[in-house]
This record gives sequence, structure tokens and C-alpha cells, in this order.
Amino acid sequence: MKPILQAIDVRKQYAAHTALDGVSLEVPEGTIFGLLGPNGAGKTSLIRIITQITGADAGEIRFRGEKLNPSHIGQIGYLPEERGLYKKMKVGEQLMYLAQLKGVNKSEAHQKIKGWLERFDIKSWADKNIEDLSKGMQQKVQFIATVVHDPTLVILDEPFSGFDPINANLLKDEILAMRERGTSIIFSTHRMESVEEMCDHIALINRSKKVLDGPVSQVRNAYRSQTYEVEGKGQLMVMHPDFEVVEHKERENGHFYDRIRIVHGTPNDLLRYLIGPANVEVHAFRERIPSINEIFIQRVRETQPDYVPDTDAVLA
Amino acid sequence: MSKIWLIAQREYLTRVRKRSFIIMSLIGPLLTVALFAVPVLIAKMSDSGKVVAVADAGGIFADKLPEPKDDISFTRVSPDLTTAKAEFKKSKHDALLYIPKLDLSKPAGFQVFSRKGLGMSLERDINRAVNNAIESQRLQKAGIDRAVLDNMKVDVDLQTLSLSDDGERSSSTGISTVIAYVFGFLIYMFIFIYGVQIMRGVMEEKTNRIVEVVISSVKPFQLMMGKVLGIAGVGFTQLALWVVLSMGISSVMAGSISPDKIAEDRAARTTAVMRPTTSKDEAAKQENAVAKFTQALDSADLNVPLLVGCFLFYFLGGYLFYGALFGAIGSAVDSETDTQQFMMPVTMPLVLTFVVSQAILTTNPNGTVAFWMSIFPLTSPIAMMMRLPFGGVPMWQLGLSMVLLIAGFVGAIWIAGRIYRVGILMYGKKVTYGELSKWLFYKG
Repeated sequence: MKPILQAIDVRKQYAAHTALDGVSLEVPEGTIFGLLGPNGAGKTSLIRIITQITGADAGEIRFRGEKLNPSHIGQIGYLPEERGLYKKMKVGEQLMYLAQLKGVNKSEAHQKIKGWLERFDIKSWADKNIEDLSKGMQQKVQFIATVVHDPTLVILDEPFSGFDPINANLLKDEILAMRERGTSIIFSTHRMESVEEMCDHIALINRSKKVLDGPVSQVRNAYRSQTYEVEGKGQLMVMHPDFEVVEHKERENGHFYDRIRIVHGTPNDLLRYLIGPANVEVHAFRERIPSINEIFIQRVRETQPDYVPDTDAVLA
Repeated sequence: MSKIWLIAQREYLTRVRKRSFIIMSLIGPLLTVALFAVPVLIAKMSDSGKVVAVADAGGIFADKLPEPKDDISFTRVSPDLTTAKAEFKKSKHDALLYIPKLDLSKPAGFQVFSRKGLGMSLERDINRAVNNAIESQRLQKAGIDRAVLDNMKVDVDLQTLSLSDDGERSSSTGISTVIAYVFGFLIYMFIFIYGVQIMRGVMEEKTNRIVEVVISSVKPFQLMMGKVLGIAGVGFTQLALWVVLSMGISSVMAGSISPDKIAEDRAARTTAVMRPTTSKDEAAKQENAVAKFTQALDSADLNVPLLVGCFLFYFLGGYLFYGALFGAIGSAVDSETDTQQFMMPVTMPLVLTFVVSQAILTTNPNGTVAFWMSIFPLTSPIAMMMRLPFGGVPMWQLGLSMVLLIAGFVGAIWIAGRIYRVGILMYGKKVTYGELSKWLFYKG
């Protein structure tokens, strides 16, 4: 697939710290690309370079193979983490203004705004001031402002933060619909588990460096560790040396939960052992595929043994 | 460029449509007109023709009651205090002056009775009348004729002329001072009002977090310039509205409160009490004053096109200069309270110019201090506009001042733009001067 966006060895230095240290990545066209990493990893710095808010100190960004330049502004839509609208402006005027700033002409912008307001079923708000809308309503307007100029690349920075569950679902559906229409989407978040189901590709960033990237399925497969989850009833006493119990939990009424890694052999060997020599009743047996979050922690620990996961990310 | 225009348009329209703008546009001219009209109206209202009854037991007004003056007239009543008091209660007189039998060398025991409080001006006038009468008597005693003494007093009018290479020009310091103040004050006020609006606007965008959305579409510099220019448009609109409305209102008002008419009214009302000739004199005197003013305005020979042209230049130049700096301040802080430390040094020159204007600029408009202040770009918008009405500013000084102001605001806008582009994305951080200076050299 042709990349819509390429970052080549991008560096950004702020007075005290390095925000980006030689980050390279490719966003394939028409996919949802997850830009993941803990807070302060450098995601927003990278996004601000892509949206041309700031410039890179070194390296290059290419948009559809061209060096990024101001003519691309109209093709990019950006929903920043820090959101806001002019409080005293009417919804319709505000969208018109933001669309015009993106270079859409008045009559075209008018049509598009009308279309979006209808799609979100909020046509009656056009003449309301932003400050008179509820927070959820404002979020819808904000989202429309991001995509009103029909960008080919939409960048969403922590898109779900501040959205209530209903609007978050609406947003999710809209993002998937956009992908259907061929729009490329960069999805930046520190809540990795919230997006892995939606993303086609991911890149993990930690401490201003890219740690890992690739298609989600490929990344997860690469980190499969021959570990299986077993639930059942009985006493799992002695273990065969081919298998290693990673985690063991006793539950009520003699039930148990185990995570078992196969050191030698196949999953069927393990299953045969469990119902045979081990003599337990198996209720569930499935492969444990690591989550992106786990992969991330594992990957970071390799270079940074003292790493403690961001509590925020864990709780979220 | 078209984006700057779009931004300026939004800034302009949202502000002009605000209720506060419309109210200010209406109230401004009303206040201006009121400033001139109220004293006239007050004079008209208080103009009730006060009558003072004089019980002259001492006989100091024996031959002649004091001349009516400032709508106070005197009337003679019984010199006996008790009768006079009784009569006073029945009469409509405003005050009763009792003059006891007295020793001219040590006059004492004067009494004034009134129904309500006497009022400062009435008391002063009565006092003066009594003083004059006693003075006259003393003069007479000393053998000096009052008329002779009056003849000896002088009151001359100075015709001020400015002598320059172009020859003699009649100038009027009074008119020049008034015009200097009007110009100075307008520029001062507009820089403050609209400079602070820029600052607030920037802060609003920053605290509303809209700024990141906007600058993903436009350059920070475009956003800042658009804002500065849009608000400048608001300022000019307001100024134009004020001028037009003030003229309209005052021309309407002029009909009803013209000095001529007041004098007529007054004459009509006072004839009952005093001789009509005096009131006519008074009216004539007032007419004279008005004529004098217009004459002075004509004779001041002000170069009106130059003044108006320079005013617009310095108005805009000063505004752009300060506006850019105010914008930079707004971008560097998170809340209004944090603005203080940065506002001070920026507003100091402005306030200073205005404060010293009276002491230096208008009294010695071509002195050294006035010269430097009208050259230095932070103070020149006000200082030069306060010097110009007095004339005699050499063309090279005006030119230098303008060039420096242009250089100044280009520089200020550059500095502000550098601070702005970093500041608007900086949240929750208290900024110091050291930090600000570092921002100037950040790359892209």
C-alpha cells in the first residue's frame, strides 16, 4: 500500500529535552494508524510537525511522496488533545470560519456544513452560540470542525478523552465510516487498549524514540509466546517439564485459572496432558495473545528494566 | 494574505456586533457632547435670577445699590432689621443682607439671612459687593475717585504670533493646547482600549484551546496580524462613529442651547428686576466670547490636513506598535492576573508621555524633552501629536519620527510574532523575561 505520510528520521529538540529522536514511520493510505505511547513520549510533538504547527529540527515529512508544505494544510484535519471553540460564536459561523481557514470556498463550505449537521442530526443548532451547548454537543461540533473540509488525512489526538460513552461510540462509528470512504486516520493515544481493536497499523513511541511499528496482527503475532489460558476444575498438582505455569489462580468450588507456557511441544500435547495425566476437568482452553499494552511494556522493559507502566494507562 | 483577511474579518465582525460596542459607540458621543453641553445647561438652569434684599442700616449703599451681576440683583428693603426680617419671610427674595451701623475702619457685624443654604457663589457675590462698597467709601474718604482708580487698572490681551521662515503666523496657544490634548487623549485611550482587547483576544483563544485548531490552518503570525488588523478596524469604526455622531448630536443641540438664546432668555427673565441694558451688555459679552473663540480657531492657522493626516498615521502606528506588544503579552500568560508584570513596562512609556504632557509638551512643545519623546517610537504617537498643533515642528523631525515609528512597529511585530508562536502553545507555565528572550531565537 502506498503511504500517505512518511516521517524520515525526524528530530525535534526543545530547550531542555529531546522531544523526537530520529523517528521514522509510514502511514499506509486508507488505514487507521495508531500512534501509541505514554504521556510525554513525543506523540504530540510529532503531530504538531505533521500539522505544520511547528517544524522539525532535522528529518523530513512527506505527504503523498511530496515534501510537506503549506499546500497540504487543506488536506489534513486535526483534532487536538486540547480542544476548544470560540464560545461566543454561532455553530454555523464557526464551522464556516474554520472551513474557510482550511481553504474551502464559501459556497462549498456551506454545503459541507449542512451535510455534516444533518448527519449528526444537529441542524437546529446552527444558530446557537457554542457556550449555550452542552459539553457533548460541543464535542460533536468540534469533530465536525475537524473533518468539515474533507481531509484525506485526519489526525485525532486522544480522541476519546472528554467524550461521554454515547458520543465516543458515535465517534468510533464515524471514524470507521471515514476509513470506508478511503480517509486515512492517525490515532494518537496513551490508552493503548482502547484503540487496538480499531487500528490497522500501530507505531509505539517511548521516550522520543519509536520502539516498534507494523500492522497490528503482525505485531501481536510476533509477540506470541506459546502461552495458553486454561480454566477448569480439579487439582493441577505436578507439571510436566515441557510446560511451565506462568500464573496460577485458585477459584471457589475447586475451580482454577492457569496461564501455561509451552516450552516444548504443541497445544494439543498440553491439552492431552491436562485431561490425561494431570486429570483435571477442562472448561476453557485458548491461546493467550499479548495485548498491545503488554507488548509495549515488555518492549520497553527490554531497554529500560526499571520501567513502571504509566498508572494512568493501566487504570484507563 | 487572504487568511489574514479572513481572520481580521472575524475579529472585526464579532466585535462590532457585540452589544458593548454598539453601546460604547452611542455613549461616547453623548459623553463628549455632554462634556461641552452640561456646563452650558447648568448655567442655564441655575440662572434663576436670585434677588438679595438689602437692609442697609449702615448706609454703605446709600447712593447706589450694587450692579446686578451673574444673575444676582439687589433690592432695597427697610433698614430696620426686625421689619426687614418680617418682610423677608413674606417676600420671594432669596437672601437678606443686613448691614449694621459701622465703623469704616473696622467693619463688622454683617449678616445674611436665607431660607435654604446660601450657596457658595451667592455668598461670594454678596461678599464682594459689600467689600466693593466699603472700599469705595474708604477711597472717597481718602479723596480718590473710584473712576480714576478703575482707569488705572489694566487688562491687555496678548496676540501670540509664531515667527518662522514662512513668515509671521498668528497662533493661538489656547486652541493649540486644546487640540493637542484631544489628539493625545484619543490616541492614549484607543491604544489602551484596543491594545487590551488584542491581549484579551489572544488569551481567550489560548484558554479556550481553540488556538491549536486555528494554527493547524494558518501561521501564528497570520493569526496575530489578522487579530491586530481586525481590531484596528474596530477602533477606526468606533472613532468614525464618534466623530459623526458627536457632530450630529452637537448640531442638533446647538439650536437649543446656543449662547445667544440663553442670553435672550436671561434678558427676558431679568428685565423685571433690573435695567435691561445690563443684560444686553452681558449677552453681547458672551457673543463676543464665542466670536473670539471662532476667530482664534481661524487665526490659529492650523494646518488641518497635516494634523488630520498625522493623527491618522500616529493613531494607526501607535496602535500597531502597542497592539503587537499586547498580543505578545497575551500569548505568554495563562490568566489576566499574570499579565501585570509584563503590562507594566509596556504601558509605562504611554502613561508617562501622557502624564508629562502637561508639564513639558504643551508648555514647551519644542524643547529637548519634547523633541526626544516625539522621536522615540514608544512615546512618539502621543508626544508628536501633542507637539504638532503648536506648529514649528521641522519636517525632518516629523519624518524621522514617522520612519522610527514604522521601524518600531515592524520590529515590535517581529518580536511579538516570535513570542506569540511559542507562547500560545505553552500552557500552565509561569513565564519569565529570561524565557521570553529565549523564545525569540527558537527555530520554526
